[in-house]
Amino acid sequence: MDILIAAILTIITAATPLLFAALGELVTEKSGVLNLGIEGMMIMGAIIGFFTVHQTDSAFIAIIASMIAGALTATIFAILVLKFHASQVPTGLALTIFGIGLSALIGQSMIGVAYEGIPKIAIPGLSSIPVIGDIFFNQDGLVYFSIFMVVATMWFLNKTRAGLILRAVGDSHDAAHAMGYSVIKIRFLATLFGGAMAGVGGAYLSLAYSPLWVEGMTAGRGWIALALVVFASWRVGRVLLGAYLFGGITILQLHAQALGIAVPSQIMSMLPYLATILVLVIISRDKSKIKLNSPASLGKAFHPSR
Amino acid sequence: MLPRLIPRLEKRQTPSKAMIYLSPLLAIFLTLISSVVLFLIMNVSPLEALHAFFIKPISTIYGLTELAVKATPLVLIGVALSLGFRAGVWNIGAEGQLILGGIFGGATALFFYEKTGFYIIPLILIAGVVGGMLWAGIVAFLRTKFNANEILTSLMLSYVASLLLNLLIHGPLKDPDGFNFPESRLFSDSALLPILYDGTRLHIGAIIALLAVGLGWILLSRTLLGYQIKVTGDAPAAGEYAGFSHSKIIWITLLLSGGVAGLAGAIEVSGPIGQLLPTISPGYGFTAIIVAYVGRLHPVGVLFAGLLLALTYLGGETAQISLKLPIAVTGVFQGLLLFFLLASDVLIHYRIQFGKQGAIA
Repeated sequence: MDILIAAILTIITAATPLLFAALGELVTEKSGVLNLGIEGMMIMGAIIGFFTVHQTDSAFIAIIASMIAGALTATIFAILVLKFHASQVPTGLALTIFGIGLSALIGQSMIGVAYEGIPKIAIPGLSSIPVIGDIFFNQDGLVYFSIFMVVATMWFLNKTRAGLILRAVGDSHDAAHAMGYSVIKIRFLATLFGGAMAGVGGAYLSLAYSPLWVEGMTAGRGWIALALVVFASWRVGRVLLGAYLFGGITILQLHAQALGIAVPSQIMSMLPYLATILVLVIISRDKSKIKLNSPASLGKAFHPSR
Repeated sequence: MLPRLIPRLEKRQTPSKAMIYLSPLLAIFLTLISSVVLFLIMNVSPLEALHAFFIKPISTIYGLTELAVKATPLVLIGVALSLGFRAGVWNIGAEGQLILGGIFGGATALFFYEKTGFYIIPLILIAGVVGGMLWAGIVAFLRTKFNANEILTSLMLSYVASLLLNLLIHGPLKDPDGFNFPESRLFSDSALLPILYDGTRLHIGAIIALLAVGLGWILLSRTLLGYQIKVTGDAPAAGEYAGFSHSKIIWITLLLSGGVAGLAGAIEVSGPIGQLLPTISPGYGFTAIIVAYVGRLHPVGVLFAGLLLALTYLGGETAQISLKLPIAVTGVFQGLLLFFLLASDVLIHYRIQFGKQGAIA
């Protein structure tokens, strides 16, 4: 039983950064913008969060700082793509290259610095329930926040007028423009939200998952988050499912050794990447289904004719 | 409406030909300006830093040959990626294909350990091509058969490739007399690329890269395949109407770029490195994407862009030694350059306009 609880707890910590990043990207993509720079925004969040926690000794300020860092990184993307009409695919790649480089530069003084990890918040009463209490009600604040954001995003996209407008912009920017909505402004905000979420996802890595700074520590999670959005067919609930599924695959590598499975660690480390490919293959097989679910204007540049 | 005094973008009637070539220069200029700012923030004399980065490394003959050594994989992969990018095939995983080429080439070199023969080097290079093609072939298969996005699959396979190299270097390819260090034996002399200029590391790979530029140019401008690639990228519908098979273009561009990236990997391990190490590339496969763009997806442009980006690697190393600057500055430079290029490219299709909208139609 203990090992099961331990496994579930690691799944949650492995899933949370993916959940944040994928949730942010989902909103960005729903507005019609394909930002391939998640990896770059995540790693900026990771280093700025880690840096700030050492300057201020406050996990809260660090998390806010990581969101701002992610959003600022996303701003570069948004300006290039939305103001300068740059092509979205190479711009996203540039964002990743830039983010990895800049974070390594900032993190120079942070290598080998220790941090005890953000504190767990036990919810009084509920956390003392056996088994369930430990899993659901004795987590760090960011885990609660990630679940809150899932619900909030679901509500925003499906139940609010603003969410409807955002989806309209993503599905048909010309129609939304004709109705008088500012396509550029809405996409800008959606891209910033995606950046902030990627930033906090990155901060989860450097503040909670493995509380230290390592160059390139996101290790492709930004790209996995991107695949998760496709896996989820652009639905919030399925992003949650997907993130926890991937969290489960990630922990296989941590627990395989404990269970005495004699597979080289490198093979276990390949699993999340191979699983991403597998999932993509399964989901993408049906072309019409992808077409049906993805925002119709995804990745297309918007040029108002007048 | 407020009077518009801030600059505004107005679409050009036709794309500006001049800006296509001026935009990279503008981007380089802007990158230099921002690097001055960056150095000031880092409390380093900008003049000294720029000198260390861009002049000192190439002020000696040896430095110039080192530039060619670093430019070799960048130009090779850059040329091959350009062809794919032109066709709208986004092979982002050249790094993984390079690693596979390194593994295949390296394993071949180790297989012929302490043997001699003129055939060994060609075999190493061919093995590298096969390794890269194999890795890219998976991407092409998943894309054409299952419609799986090639950006994500090729990238995921890059992570897998680097773990695979790590696995092999800790296992079957490990140096038996290496005190358990994760590295292979040093290749025998017969498995090392011939040196072009004594006392340097300049090897025949540089000539292969130049050949690739020439061949890429011919392919793109003089062959039916080149034409099909361009049409498929610019107007997929027209391509389909003309009967060009999209799957065929995906397969060809991916196998080509994968094969060339694999060749670059084999060249790296049998050239400047001379053995298999856990890391055989400082991200050449990713930087080659920038090279392809800065080179305007044209083989000749790629040659110049490859030299420029090679200089950022070389300069990064020089600045690290002489000014104790972190090596990460190179990555920042490269990212900035691509940002500024993408921003400058707006001027190809738009002109900057002041004053009221439609004042000049």
